[in-house]
Amino acid sequence: MKDLAYREEARARHKESFLAPIIKANPLFVMLLGTCPALAVTKSLEAAIGMGILFTFVLTCSNVLVSSLRKIIPSEVTTPSYIVIIATFVTLVKLLTNAFMPELYATLGVFLSLLVVNCIVLGRSEAFASKNTIFDSFLDGIGNGIGFTWAISLMAIIREILGTGMMTFGKIFTFIPLIKLPILKMVDASNEIIYDYSISLFQTPVGAFLVFGAILAVIAAIGNLKAKKAKYKQKEGNK
Amino acid sequence: MSYLVAFLLAIISSTLIDNVVLSRFYGICSFIGVGNKTKSSIGMGLAVTFVTVFATIICWPIYNFLLIPAEIPYMDTVVFILVIASLVQIVGYFIKKKSPSLYKTLGIYLPLITTNCAVLGVVQGNTDSGLDFGMSVANALGTSIGFFIVIFLFACIRERLEGYKVPKALKGVPIALFVAGLMAMAFLGLQGVAG
Repeated sequence: MKDLAYREEARARHKESFLAPIIKANPLFVMLLGTCPALAVTKSLEAAIGMGILFTFVLTCSNVLVSSLRKIIPSEVTTPSYIVIIATFVTLVKLLTNAFMPELYATLGVFLSLLVVNCIVLGRSEAFASKNTIFDSFLDGIGNGIGFTWAISLMAIIREILGTGMMTFGKIFTFIPLIKLPILKMVDASNEIIYDYSISLFQTPVGAFLVFGAILAVIAAIGNLKAKKAKYKQKEGNK
Repeated sequence: MSYLVAFLLAIISSTLIDNVVLSRFYGICSFIGVGNKTKSSIGMGLAVTFVTVFATIICWPIYNFLLIPAEIPYMDTVVFILVIASLVQIVGYFIKKKSPSLYKTLGIYLPLITTNCAVLGVVQGNTDSGLDFGMSVANALGTSIGFFIVIFLFACIRERLEGYKVPKALKGVPIALFVAGLMAMAFLGLQGVAG
C-alpha cells in the first residue's frame, strides 16, 4: 500500500515539475528571467523558434548532467562547475548550428554564446537540478524550454506582424519553401506596394521593450482581475 | 594619430550610438533588477566597467596567442567564462584587502557580474569580429561606460516614478520597460550621428 502512495506522489511531482514552468511559473513572463535573448531574438518568429529549440536542448542536457552529478560536485565550487557544464553544451550547440544551419547561426550571433550566462539555465541548475532526481530535472528542463519558447514566440509574432506587416517563413529554416504571408502589408507581383500599415518601429529595440512591457501589463491586469473576483466571491460566501 | 582618433571614435560609438543595453540588449537582467536605486546602479556600473575592461585585457591575448596557435578556437566560450568567473573572484579578494570602503559599494554586485551577459558579450563579440587589441579595449571601455550611463539614468527615472500614480497593471516592471523603450527611442536618434 505504501508503495502505491509513493508512486502516486512521484507521479504528481513529475507532473508538477513539467507543467508548472509552462504557464504558472513561466520563466520569462512570471519569473522575469532570460530577458536578454527574449528582447534580442524576437525580430522574427523563425529566429525565436530556433532560439527556443536550442535553449531547450541546452537546458535539458545541463539539467540532466547537473542532476546526475549532484552528489559528486562539492558545495564550494557549484557555480563554476555548473558554468563549465553549461558552456560545454553551448559550445556543442554552436558548432552543430554553424555546421547544419548557418542562417540560424548568423541570425542569433553572439546570443548563442550568451546562453552560458542565461539566468534561466544557471538558475534551474542551482535551484532545481542540484536538488532533484534526474527524471524530474529532465522534465523540468523540457517544461521550462516549452515555457520560454512559447513566450518568445508570442513576442516575435507581435513584433514581426506590427514591424514588417507580414509573416516570413523559410528565410532562416531554409529547408521549407520561402513564404510571405501578407497581413498588414500587401505587395503585388512586381513588388509594388498595394497597402502598408506596418510600423517599422516595432522592429527596432524600442519595439522590443514596448511589446514586452505591454505583455507584462496585460498579465498583471489579468492577475488583478482574478484577485478581485476571488475577494468578491469570498465576501459573497461570508454573507 | 589616426589610430588614436579611431580609438576615441570606437569608444564614443560603442557608448552612445550602439548602446549596450538599449540597442544590443546585453545585461537587461541586471538593468531591470538593479536599476531601481541610484546608489546600487552606480555600484553595478562601476563593477561592470572594471570587470569588462580587465576581462578584455586578459582574454584577448589568451584567444590570440593560446587558443589560435593550439588550433582550438572553438573552446573560446568555455575559456572566457572561466576567466571571467575567476577574475571576478580575484577582483573581489583584492578590493576587500586594499579598500574595504570600495568593497562595501561593489562587493555585493561582484558575484552578479559573472552572469551579466554584458561582460561575456563584449569579450565574445570582440573575438568574433576579429578586432585588434587596441580596438577591443576601446570597445570594452565604451560599452561599459554606456552601460554605466544608461543604468544610472534609468535608476534616476525609476526613483522619480515611485512618487507618481501609475495604472495598477503597469506598476513595477511594465512601466520600467516602457521607460526603457522611450530611452531606446532617444538613443535611436543618436544613430544619425554615425552617418
